[in-house]
Amino acid sequence: MPWWIRKTIAWVLLGSPALYATYLIATNDLGANPLETLTDHTGQWTLRFLLLGLLITPLRHLTGWVSLIRYRRLIGLFAAFYATTHMALWLFIDQQLDWLLLLEDVLDRPYITLGFMGWLLLLPLVATSTKGMIKKLGASWRKLHRAVYIIPVLGVVHYTMSLKADFSLPILYAVILALLLSFRVWMRQAR
Amino acid sequence: MIIKTRKTSDVRSSEITPEHFFQQRRSIIKAAMASIAAWQLPAHALVEPQGNLPAIPNLKDSGIGGGLSPTEYKHVTSYNNFYEFGTGKDDPKKNSGAFKSRPWTISVEGECDAPGEIGIEDIFKLIDQEERVYRFRCVEAWAMVVPWAGFSLATLLKRFKPNSNAKYVVFETLVDKEMMPGTRRKILDWPYQEGLRIDEAMHPLSMLVTGVYGKELPAQNGAPLRLMVPWKYGFKSIKSIVKIKFVEKQPATTWETMAADEYGFYANVNPMVDHPRWTQAFHRNIGEGLFASRDETLMFNGYSDEVADLYRGMDLTKFY
Repeated sequence: MPWWIRKTIAWVLLGSPALYATYLIATNDLGANPLETLTDHTGQWTLRFLLLGLLITPLRHLTGWVSLIRYRRLIGLFAAFYATTHMALWLFIDQQLDWLLLLEDVLDRPYITLGFMGWLLLLPLVATSTKGMIKKLGASWRKLHRAVYIIPVLGVVHYTMSLKADFSLPILYAVILALLLSFRVWMRQAR
Repeated sequence: MIIKTRKTSDVRSSEITPEHFFQQRRSIIKAAMASIAAWQLPAHALVEPQGNLPAIPNLKDSGIGGGLSPTEYKHVTSYNNFYEFGTGKDDPKKNSGAFKSRPWTISVEGECDAPGEIGIEDIFKLIDQEERVYRFRCVEAWAMVVPWAGFSLATLLKRFKPNSNAKYVVFETLVDKEMMPGTRRKILDWPYQEGLRIDEAMHPLSMLVTGVYGKELPAQNGAPLRLMVPWKYGFKSIKSIVKIKFVEKQPATTWETMAADEYGFYANVNPMVDHPRWTQAFHRNIGEGLFASRDETLMFNGYSDEVADLYRGMDLTKFY
């Protein structure tokens, strides 16, 4: 299969949660509390794509499917896209750009502080995701992009703290994340 | 030992109306009269019935909340918390198909002279049902306006003759693993339990609800009998009640036990006391779409005139 077809398929798959949300908005089918529906939707897909991004390296090792690496950047960029939408919903629709309220939220509410930090950490990764930047930064690019290990931790803790009961989903994410991170530790020690 | 015997004509301390209530009732009646005059309400101003459950028999209009515009029936009955059916907002409607609200008996016990049981059919037979439109404010900072059918909680409580030790009232929800799939997992410490101080319970605005939009309550809204205390956060208004108990000490309530720093016993709607994870100064109205207005939350959910006296002298930042 030519690369452009593969790439198109990846775009469609990674973009499908956004397409689905757009469909729900267009058909006015977001339920009684549309903001809550969209906030949850974008938050969930941010976490899932962050985890999917971390899955690429172990999968390559286990399956020998080396070209998988070519999808990793796209997955990361889509995770950042959903995270940014998640942020924008909070910023523009929930808080309606009320700066005092925003500041209070970020400073006083630890789960928002952590979520906000996670989003901030994504920004330099997005900015340095181009081929040119990778070449330019060289070894420090790798160092910088180690933030992908911290960001999902912040995300999962942020999600857990935002709930009041029934932690089954964040626990599932935490277990997957723990497995993905321990694979790295194991690889390091094996080397 | 002093043995107190009571003549039937004796007035029990629980029957004495505190003066501020007495004054308050007058002000409620006055306000109600004024509102009727102001809005020129027709004699019969019930909300258009919705849904296909049996109608509430002989439903009267109370005039309360006549100026509020109710949230759509579909939202009222599809978006709520009722963890006995699952933790998602749409779970109660989705997972309550097996729920049966008949036969249904509520047992009333504890510090009262006439403990006993009452069936839901008797409640319909013995107690007049009226429609009241109340604001509903969830602790999660969303809000609705709902036309409930029912009657003042005090009407039912008095039938069981609470004694002078009855300082609080405790309520319990049914636990049934077959009909309520959410209770198969120990997400909360079932049965769900809530409580009110006796003066709060006896307040005329405290309501036992049998219906919504003129028809019997759907399972997801707490069929066949639930509490509605409009000046408190929604979680106080316990659903599908099977037990009412008069007690002397402040009872442990479900959410307070889960997270005391987030959910207090009083749980009065209070824009000045934030939830640790969000502000309570604002709420979002359900049913207004993605760009729903964010409204300022009112003290006691807008029922200050009626209930503020109950909490005179209390530090509401401490007793939240």
